[in-house]
Amino acid sequence: MLFKLSFRNIRRSLQDYAIYFFTLIIGVSVFYVFNAIGGQAAMLEVARSRKDIIELLTTMLSGVSVFVAGVLGLLIVYASRFLMKRRNKEFALYLMLGMSKRSISAILLLEMIVIGFGSLLVGLLIGIGLSQLMSAFVANLFEADMTAYRFLVSGEAIMKTVLYFAVMYLVVIVFNSVVITKMKLIDLIQSERKSEHVRLKNPSICVILFLIAVAALGYAYYQVGWQFNDLNNKKIIVYIAMGAASTFLIFWAVSGMLLRVVMSMKRAYYRNINAFTFRQISSKVNTTVVSMTVICLMLFVTICTLAAAFSIRNSMNANLKMLCPADFEIEYREYTDEEMTGPVYGDVTKLYADYGHDLTEGFSDYVHFHSYSDENFTLGTFLGNQLDAIMERYRFLMYDMPFQIYRISDYNALMQLYGRETLTLDENEFILLCDFKTAKTVLDSVLTKGYTINVMGRELHSRLDDCQDGFVDISSQHINTGIFIFPDNAVNDTYVNRDYMIGNYTGNTKEALAQVEKDVRETTEEVIEQYRAENENKADYNRISLNLNTKTDISEATIGLGAMVTFLGLYIGLIFLIACGAILALKELSESVDSISRYEMLRKIGVEEKDISKSLFRQTGLFFMLPLILACIHAVFGMKFAVQFLEVFGTEKIGESIAFTSVILLLIYGGYFLITYISGKNIIKERK
Amino acid sequence: MELLKVVQIEKYYGTKSSITKAINDISFRVEKGEFVAIMGASGSGKTTLLNCISTIDRVTAGHIFLEGEDVTTLKGKALNRFRREKLGFIFQDFNLLETLTGYENISLALSIQKRPAGEIDAAIKAVAEQLGISEVLSKYPYQMSGGEKQRVASARAIITNPKLILADEPTGALDSKSSKMLLERIAYLNKEMDATIMMVTHDSFSASYASRVIFIKDGKLFHEFSRGDDSRKEFFDKIIDVLTLLGGDGNDAL
Repeated sequence: MLFKLSFRNIRRSLQDYAIYFFTLIIGVSVFYVFNAIGGQAAMLEVARSRKDIIELLTTMLSGVSVFVAGVLGLLIVYASRFLMKRRNKEFALYLMLGMSKRSISAILLLEMIVIGFGSLLVGLLIGIGLSQLMSAFVANLFEADMTAYRFLVSGEAIMKTVLYFAVMYLVVIVFNSVVITKMKLIDLIQSERKSEHVRLKNPSICVILFLIAVAALGYAYYQVGWQFNDLNNKKIIVYIAMGAASTFLIFWAVSGMLLRVVMSMKRAYYRNINAFTFRQISSKVNTTVVSMTVICLMLFVTICTLAAAFSIRNSMNANLKMLCPADFEIEYREYTDEEMTGPVYGDVTKLYADYGHDLTEGFSDYVHFHSYSDENFTLGTFLGNQLDAIMERYRFLMYDMPFQIYRISDYNALMQLYGRETLTLDENEFILLCDFKTAKTVLDSVLTKGYTINVMGRELHSRLDDCQDGFVDISSQHINTGIFIFPDNAVNDTYVNRDYMIGNYTGNTKEALAQVEKDVRETTEEVIEQYRAENENKADYNRISLNLNTKTDISEATIGLGAMVTFLGLYIGLIFLIACGAILALKELSESVDSISRYEMLRKIGVEEKDISKSLFRQTGLFFMLPLILACIHAVFGMKFAVQFLEVFGTEKIGESIAFTSVILLLIYGGYFLITYISGKNIIKERK
Repeated sequence: MELLKVVQIEKYYGTKSSITKAINDISFRVEKGEFVAIMGASGSGKTTLLNCISTIDRVTAGHIFLEGEDVTTLKGKALNRFRREKLGFIFQDFNLLETLTGYENISLALSIQKRPAGEIDAAIKAVAEQLGISEVLSKYPYQMSGGEKQRVASARAIITNPKLILADEPTGALDSKSSKMLLERIAYLNKEMDATIMMVTHDSFSASYASRVIFIKDGKLFHEFSRGDDSRKEFFDKIIDVLTLLGGDGNDAL
């Protein structure tokens, strides 16, 4: 009996439940897809090092899944509570007919089981389908071979999804039962009458609060966007709290002012059914200030996460081509003491030769050179009397690390290898190279043409007005915070610091290149081991440090990091978007159900169908747009803040990332809007 | 001058196996400036008749002409324009938008006709004066009494100067004092503003304000007569007589 009743209830209130069901299905499928990545990727033919990255990615995704489950859980509780409230009259009827609260709980339990099983089943089916697409995406990201691929269902991910969602559903069931036991018949019966007390807020209070909120927001924006270097964790939290509170106040004030403003424009207000439309919007915003705030903030986080994630990925891939123009770099240092200070002259080719190896074997072309440094020549001394002022603003720069100095002939030889432009330098001149933006700003603030430095007993003048873009070490990011190019005769071996060998492997095929790299690695390990074994027991010997840096390593790391941020960004972004869309859609649709009689009345007095649709479109549109607009404004300043961190990865592709973010936003958020509008139109459709 | 002509209309509900004839061949005319009451017991088909005339419902057969135009053939936009420009509605449950103030509810009828905002204000003030609702214009429906609500709804119905005002049990939700006041106002509109009114009611007191009463029984025209020079009391007594004739069904109308 109860089962029949609950099943019919669901079928009858399908309009309300459609969005709920839809949201659960998306939630389940997204959850499955991201948790199945590990299993999917295991199928792919990828290099060993990439397997590690995938493993790390899987671990991180499952960690984030806990957070995601929390968000989804809250969303489900919210949605189910919302739907419960809509059924107060129905519950009141049951109670009046003498049904016990226990039976009502049983009905809800049965409903939840039906919905739970249904959504899990459909969601998993869709998820399994989508995860095959995801595999292609993963394969593309890791440049993997797809030929061995076959259709895959991850049992582990299914188990996990079912477990997590079962827990969420259980929470909802417990929650609902508690609500039912606390229900009072009198409240249920009167719940309908309580609605619609449209209180107009005091307009002057609205204006004042609005101005306060805008001012507070402006201040917070300014602090995070422009006073970046003054920030610490505590301050950031204060500004975030300020932003959230301002967001709330703005929605609160706008809901009060919007109507006043439109009402004062008599011509517009009394045109067609505008009065009706604006009253509807205003009452909607009025009753949903809190949800609007939450949605706005979630959208803000989503936009920033997605944009930052794509920006990191895109920029890194682009940077890799530009910043890593050689296959191999070895950086070698020798020290006389145990603390590894006071570097002495070392020659890495000689070290290899000592143990019977030829380092240059396997390289088609290479450059072998040294860097120099003077421990009294640091960023601190370079800045001179500006140091204190700059240190105050830029706390995270390294002020007492000696600069690396290179000879112009070595640098030009390297640039020829890299295929980049060479430099010319006259006697007593130097050039400063830097590609890390913040460091460049700092260096440029003191550097002028002819700026004089005293290093290694020589006086040199800057050839140029500002820092040049350039680097020596191969990398995937702009991390050169400043290196100097000196004339060849301005340095001597007493100031020698590091020994470099940078070059390209011989070979045309992928396999041949990989073989060279493997050989070099093995040789290096062997050399280090033999050197250690030989010297370990001596009292006095030169400590060595050897850094191998290869294009393969760098691109692996890049791909890995790129994949990681892309997946995490997408995962969190998608879930947040779904949550926002679902909350708005539920509110809007229930509003439409409540307004059916109003639309019927409008039809009776002869309002055209076209105008009714237009009114609904405007209501739904504005309801969805308001939080989005504010979120976009937040995001502009949020991104201004984030860009300072993203600088390391490069921000060249930020425009592209924002475009991509917009597409995703448009697809999901816009999709929810469209579904809401269409089903809203269906709900208020004329009944014959 | 003839305003409304109803010609042999029929309205059936249900499937072939079980047909309910809500209206079974009804014809009548309404002259311009008349105040016609349609009476009948519950289920006699009077509301169906009103719905057909107001184009809210469609007839199964027959024709309805308003100023010579056949409204049964109207569709879509023409239908909406017809309702908007030619008809005024007063409903039993007021049908006011609870999100709008009284003023805005009335203004809606004009603004959907695309009248300029300046014109709207003067018109609302004038009609509010006539109906005695100037005080409640800025209130929301939930702040008004039933009688006030119904007068606001009436103001909305007449402000567009419709050819025909249709009222469906306008006093149904009102107490006797409010009913009397509303009916006096409606009668006033009929006499002074020359509005043509058609009112469905099962209440003989309400019907006694009309200039003519049409009785319907089981979907058919049962009887009709005009007030002529009778006083309202005499007219009321006549109506009671007919209702007695209508039989058992009529008793519940008393």
